Amino acid sequence: MPVIDYKVPQSVDDAVSLLEANENAKILAGGTDLIIQSRAQSSPDLVVVDLKSLPDFVSANINSEGLSLGPSMSCAEFTAREDIKSLFPGLVEAAFLIGSTQVQGRASIGGNLCNASPAADTIPALMVNNALCVIQGPKGERRVSVEDFVTGVASNCMAKNELLKAILVATPASRTSDAYLRFIPRSEMDIAVAGAAVSVTLETDGTCSKAIVAIGAVAPTAILVDAAAKALIGSKLDETSLQAAADAASAASNPITDRRGTAEFRRHVVGVLVKRAALIAAKRAGDK
Amino acid sequence: MTKKHVSTTINGDAIEFLCDPNDTLLDVLRKELSLTGTKEGCGSGDCGACSITLDERLVCSCLVLGVEAEGKNIGTIEGVSNKDQLHVIQEKFLEHAALQCGICTPGLIVSTQALLKENSNPTEEEARYYLAGNLCRCTGYDKIIRAVLDAADVMRGAA
Ligand code: FES
Ligand code: FES
Repeated sequence: MPVIDYKVPQSVDDAVSLLEANENAKILAGGTDLIIQSRAQSSPDLVVVDLKSLPDFVSANINSEGLSLGPSMSCAEFTAREDIKSLFPGLVEAAFLIGSTQVQGRASIGGNLCNASPAADTIPALMVNNALCVIQGPKGERRVSVEDFVTGVASNCMAKNELLKAILVATPASRTSDAYLRFIPRSEMDIAVAGAAVSVTLETDGTCSKAIVAIGAVAPTAILVDAAAKALIGSKLDETSLQAAADAASAASNPITDRRGTAEFRRHVVGVLVKRAALIAAKRAGDK
Repeated sequence: MTKKHVSTTINGDAIEFLCDPNDTLLDVLRKELSLTGTKEGCGSGDCGACSITLDERLVCSCLVLGVEAEGKNIGTIEGVSNKDQLHVIQEKFLEHAALQCGICTPGLIVSTQALLKENSNPTEEEARYYLAGNLCRCTGYDKIIRAVLDAADVMRGAA
């Protein structure tokens, strides 16, 4: 019987103790992955720990420093927040692409991150915003970048007795914005075949002074592509520099072939997405 | 396995039940509470036949554990009509013949109600996107979308 117990901790410390005490304890965020995994024949008996009764886990606060996001807040609630959308439009568009309306009602950014699918839409978008993962364990908290948090296909850096407490995203600098695009074979409800997130900062004359490029679904984990960012920096995002960034992203990718697309197709498309996302991010940065 | 005691509200009524922690809310609704209007198509969040509202939020009840219902407000297809008086959305589904086998229908009606609460005047495209998580293998969707848009007009007093 897969789910053998269900616990509602009263505090974060309480939750960490539950993780320490139960070999098979797992945190339930939206359940859109965990509940399905628990139905698999090979699933061990699970003790489900539900943090959604702790207000900090299901809310998002913006202050002068930036956004502090509760990892279990539903994507439906997250994407409806105009204040978040105006600061991080790319992150919101990534969250909006996860699943159907019904799945959005449960799925969370924290869950998407911890589950660490290579095709997770929010991970590249978090990376280009330099998001920090606040991890709580028995001895206190530690903070790691998203890049260090995700360690492989469906794996993250947390120990058995640690949990993701918050995701912190600093307020973007002025004239800085982000965008996320993905390719799927149909118009709705699918998993990314390739994804790209770009953040750019523009000078008043339109020169790109800072850029971050991350690509998803084309390697075991989402990856930051410094060479693509370098190709954009110092340019006015003309065709030559955009193409250089696209080529760098294609070169950095290491995709597989499956029924959704061949490795060759993914390698090409991820470059196209980088170009287009860079232009969208630049338009947003320029409008600020 | 110890069952958990759960107190919740379903379609406005206070309900209590005992629940195995492994049961989904869909299992509880159908088997424990005999609210069989909510259907199971896939059991994996893909088809939307099991759509309900959980604290006003549209979700797949097959992706919610029954124990998570504690203290929540649940809305199912059984709460859509006013006793014998069908809801406009239900009437429009009949009028437009927006169903054949009917297994997707309760989920679609619950989802349509959620859509029209958020957006009383959706475009066809908005309606199609919002309802993309409700699969129908019979109708080809066209009649469903016509029923939804017609219901929206009536509910806004525009028709
Ligand atoms: S039965 Fe829940 S989505 Fe299909
Ligand atoms: S009417 Fe048969 S699945 Fe929709």
